[in-house]
Amino acid sequence: MWDYLKLAVLGVVVVVAAIAASMARDLPYLVHMLVIMLAAAITFVWQIRRAGEPVSAANPNEYMDGPVRFGVVATAFWGVVGFLVGVVIAFQLAWPDLNFQWAQGYLNFGRLRPLHTSAVIFAFGGNALIATAFYVVQRTSAARLWGGGLAWFVFWGYQIFIVMAATGYVLGSTQGNEYAEPEWLTDLWLTIVWVAFLAVYMGTVINRREPHIYVANWFYISFIVTVAMLHLVNNAAIPVSVFGSKSIPVWSGVQSAMIQWWYGHNAVGFFLTAGFLGMMYYFIPKQAERPVYSYKLSIMHFWALIFLYIWAGPHHLHYTALPDWAQTLGMTFSIMLWMPSWGGMINGLMTLSGAWDKLRTDPIIRMMVVAVGFYGMATFEGPMMSIKAVNSLSHYTDWTIGHVHSGALGWNGMITFGALYYLVPRLWQRERLYSLRLVSWHFWLATIGIVLYAASMWVTGIMEGLMWREVDAQGFLVNSFADTVAAKFPMYVVRGLGGVLFLLGAIIMCYNLWKTVTSTAERQPARAAAVPAE
Amino acid sequence: METYTFLRAFADSWHLLFMFCFFIGVFVFILRPGSRKVHDESANMIFRNDDKPAGAGSDNRQGRHTDPKEAR
Repeated sequence: MWDYLKLAVLGVVVVVAAIAASMARDLPYLVHMLVIMLAAAITFVWQIRRAGEPVSAANPNEYMDGPVRFGVVATAFWGVVGFLVGVVIAFQLAWPDLNFQWAQGYLNFGRLRPLHTSAVIFAFGGNALIATAFYVVQRTSAARLWGGGLAWFVFWGYQIFIVMAATGYVLGSTQGNEYAEPEWLTDLWLTIVWVAFLAVYMGTVINRREPHIYVANWFYISFIVTVAMLHLVNNAAIPVSVFGSKSIPVWSGVQSAMIQWWYGHNAVGFFLTAGFLGMMYYFIPKQAERPVYSYKLSIMHFWALIFLYIWAGPHHLHYTALPDWAQTLGMTFSIMLWMPSWGGMINGLMTLSGAWDKLRTDPIIRMMVVAVGFYGMATFEGPMMSIKAVNSLSHYTDWTIGHVHSGALGWNGMITFGALYYLVPRLWQRERLYSLRLVSWHFWLATIGIVLYAASMWVTGIMEGLMWREVDAQGFLVNSFADTVAAKFPMYVVRGLGGVLFLLGAIIMCYNLWKTVTSTAERQPARAAAVPAE
Repeated sequence: METYTFLRAFADSWHLLFMFCFFIGVFVFILRPGSRKVHDESANMIFRNDDKPAGAGSDNRQGRHTDPKEAR
């Protein structure tokens, strides 16, 4: 019965999407409807082929790792795609000729830039978060994922969201809000997927067979709930037509700017920080085989982080039409944020106390430690840049881009790589990774890549900030904008090279993980040895 | 009173006080006497139930029998 209902709904979706595609008022909408139609049709065929088959009841005594495995593959795949687009646009900035004439309007910098940011944040980071969240919540709750097949819906639904967002950017469908570019149709779809994600997660936590909710889960929950809230408020918009992708935002003027950066900074705070801290609090203790340094500190870290982060957004709007008190508020909270961030960093690093030798022998723990180190550096740099006087130099320069990347590549990237190396042998029941040597190669390529990236952006950012404000004895500006662009060229090339190294490292990781699954001996069940012979 | 003025005044006074007290209360609760044992237990929870949910067959108990790693 349930099968037939699903088939009916999928059939209706295919037909409605086909009709909407034929009525489409613009190209992105047409493509999105075709994507929906195709996805629903594939699901329909898949569903009809297994209709009437006896349903194998999900075993509540086993973890549901299917969506986690798919999530790991998707993370690696989107990671490489996102890094590749990043390398392309880095070289487009160095050599504008790479904005090919034949690809104008599709593959020029303006179209590819949101594709890069969304691919790395939402496709790479988002898949990593969903996969690790599903893995961690099951292990720390000692319960199977709640909701039957709902976790699969979350995984595939999220991939459809990524495809819709990506095709939209290339075809020019955008709200023009940084990190919130997808238009109303894609936004609505993400809302549905996200609510399902929350339901699966909370359902599992409620079903838990452990008395306490482990701290990683608190971070994951705050990430899911806050992102839902931010997404709904910032994307409040009224579509011009149900058959077109364009919409008119509800917010306007300075309120719109404030809400955008309340969203934008908390996307950093709760998507790229809280969620990844959930990863840190599970995978570092597991890989180090020691409990977290101070559990008390981890709870303080959680509450202080969520209480302070939510107010930090206005520092993106220093010296704008935003009221001064709001700017000062944002700056103050950003500086206070130093405390929980460093508390968390110390907690992560000190988890290794008494086991520092592992840094020498285990490249995975090395990766995780460098990730936490970059977390500390980025959360030192961020509050400093939020100070109005510093911001007057750094804002609108490449310093900001350098800061973002030391956080994104160093913290989010490295902790994700560490988690992937931890997960793959366990998810596919392998003895060990294919090659630790290759992990070391990945580690050094990525680290040197980040250093090249961050250092070149510091130099070019401070240089252009100083050039913009330089005045001569008569009070006239010394440099034209084009002068600063010309002066930045060498640093842009270095930045691109840093990106190439980081990408190379990720490709090596993919090869290593692939070989781990395909050509490493299967793990012998350790349990057999532990059970006494009868 | 205008809605904005009312909300603004409320946010600046009673709600601010509530958030401040809640925040301090969290820290007091974390540091309460006798919390160490609970926290040590929680910190070590991740070292069991790695392969199967709790209560899944008799062999699952083995995780609980391993010595909890000492928190430092």
